[in-house]
Amino acid sequence: MKWLLRTFLAVLVLAIALVAWWLSAQHHPALPPATGTAANKDPALIARGAYLATVGDCAACHTAQGGKPYAGGRALPTPFGDVPAPNLTPDDATGLGQWSFDAFWRALHEGIGRDGRALYPAFPYTSYTKVSRDDAFALFAYLKSLSPVHSETAAPSLRFPYDLKASLATWRTLYFRPGQFVPDPKQSAEWNHGAYLVQGLGHCNECHVTRDNLGGLPAGETLTGGQIPAQNWYAPDLSTRAHGGLQGWSADDIVALLRTGQSAKGAAFGPMADVVMQSTQHLHEDDLHAIATYLQSLPPRPARAAGGSPLDTAALLGRGGDLYGKQCASCHRKDGQGAAGVYPALAGNGAVVEPTGINAIRIVLLGGFAPTTAAHPRPYSMPPFAQQLNDADVAAVVSYIRRAWGNDAGAVMERDVAAYRHTPVE
Amino acid sequence: MSLLPSVRLAPALLAAALFAATVRAADAPTVPDTLKQRIAACTACHGEQGQGTPESGFFPRLAGKPAGYLARQIKNFQDGLRKYAPMEYTVRGLSPEYMHEIADYFAAQQVPYERSPVPRISAAMLERGQTLATHGDAARKVPACAACHGAQLTGVQPDIPGLVGLPYDYVSAQLGSWRTHTRAMVAPDCMAAIAGRLSEADITAVSAWLATRDVPADAHAQPPGSVTPPLACGVLGATEAAR
Repeated sequence: MKWLLRTFLAVLVLAIALVAWWLSAQHHPALPPATGTAANKDPALIARGAYLATVGDCAACHTAQGGKPYAGGRALPTPFGDVPAPNLTPDDATGLGQWSFDAFWRALHEGIGRDGRALYPAFPYTSYTKVSRDDAFALFAYLKSLSPVHSETAAPSLRFPYDLKASLATWRTLYFRPGQFVPDPKQSAEWNHGAYLVQGLGHCNECHVTRDNLGGLPAGETLTGGQIPAQNWYAPDLSTRAHGGLQGWSADDIVALLRTGQSAKGAAFGPMADVVMQSTQHLHEDDLHAIATYLQSLPPRPARAAGGSPLDTAALLGRGGDLYGKQCASCHRKDGQGAAGVYPALAGNGAVVEPTGINAIRIVLLGGFAPTTAAHPRPYSMPPFAQQLNDADVAAVVSYIRRAWGNDAGAVMERDVAAYRHTPVE
Repeated sequence: MSLLPSVRLAPALLAAALFAATVRAADAPTVPDTLKQRIAACTACHGEQGQGTPESGFFPRLAGKPAGYLARQIKNFQDGLRKYAPMEYTVRGLSPEYMHEIADYFAAQQVPYERSPVPRISAAMLERGQTLATHGDAARKVPACAACHGAQLTGVQPDIPGLVGLPYDYVSAQLGSWRTHTRAMVAPDCMAAIAGRLSEADITAVSAWLATRDVPADAHAQPPGSVTPPLACGVLGATEAAR
């Protein structure tokens, strides 16, 4: 029977290869260089574009560490290899200098570069395809108004077979359809605006959902939470209703977190701290409220399995409780309530009880400052415990906080801690 | 008989209850509004006064180093010029204002210097270290440490750190990290040039000699402008073209 299976697999691989080859033969034309008057120079339009670039947090990926804004160079890590973000300044040789608006629109909307080649979805055109043409026009005007920076972008360094043109073509066929945002007439204008921001420029779903093994986004499931590939933080489910990752969050809580980095229900940390600092803290109040209105409409989620373990965790939790009393309680308090506005409550905190335990493990190891925002220009911080606590200690204290004060998430093991001990920076 | 003890105990119980109440009130979430409290992420490793871990040199001393120098190091970690993941992660969100406030805090700390272990090396090596520190090596275009870091090697305000009172492991590791490109400064990077001209034995020699030095009674950095750097240094305002 083995030969039958092998033959079947071989035929299957061949069939996939043929389809992929056919797909990659689908041709997109290169677009001609822009003429001198490619971009609109209207200052109001440029200012609107600057705001939209902040909403989309374009600079986060398109700026190297310590580099000039939008000049590219930061390598986005993916499970398939690194994808460096290109230079968006209007430099003729290395940036968008030669790009027309049509080329820019096609990149944003269809994920095709000016040369006609498909772009890697590390550039989240899966979301940006919903950005309106008007907004794209403003963004383009803004990017064209930047001072050109001559900065060559390295080629993506993807592993075989992900580096093949056919692989990308297959991926696009499986996971991408150019689309547009279609307002829901049954919902309010505010809801629709929030949905547009979250699904389009905000590209929230690129992190806040579980990708499959090929890095594809699941069809028909949005913002249900997921582990961010290669970065290994857990981006929580964003539903505020029953069993949601933000269960019990009010619209004001959501707005507060996005505007200040902190809310009564928890603080932003890890990659979301960067998003708050660079993007959401600068958003207009009505945009933030629209986002909150939309998120609050996300449906309830199915109940998660209780976190009880078939193994005897009493000893682990006992040790964790002791450590908590010694190391954590002075700030987060014995009852896990924290200190309002300074140290987040751990009881009922979504970051503590998320399914994987990664976030709590990382925060215990790394510590760090709350996001620096206009509301909190001198944030308080948490000491890192990576030097003080071994893997078993961290597993114990994280397991304890995931089970204490009514929290009902699973214990974590020593090996889970070991897996996430390295510090995630580029 | 059964009532008596509890009556006698009543005042004690009352006192205990009151004590518990006061303790609870004191336990209410009042977090000190101080910089020291805010920067627990820094002091956990570097010490509340920035004393570091002199015995191992693993967590560098920050106390008393010039504020401009300290703020620049935070910025260099942010920009990836200095490479150490836990530091890069910790400081990545700090604003320039907050960075300077934190730098000022540690610069103002007065902590006595502690002797740290010095490797056993030959007298000849120590002499070589002394020569490098005080006279340099003209043949290899290595200026004396003292030419920039001050006659007493206590640094120069506001940007040049002192070199005395630092553990051998720390100084040799820094010179090494300039060579492995895990520590850098804005160009022109004069220390990278110097570290590149030193041999490994030179690095051992000069780091060891520095670690043997007594810290002068006045360990403060010299006033601004009191040295004329022999090399073009970006951190001291030189531009690439001036080199």
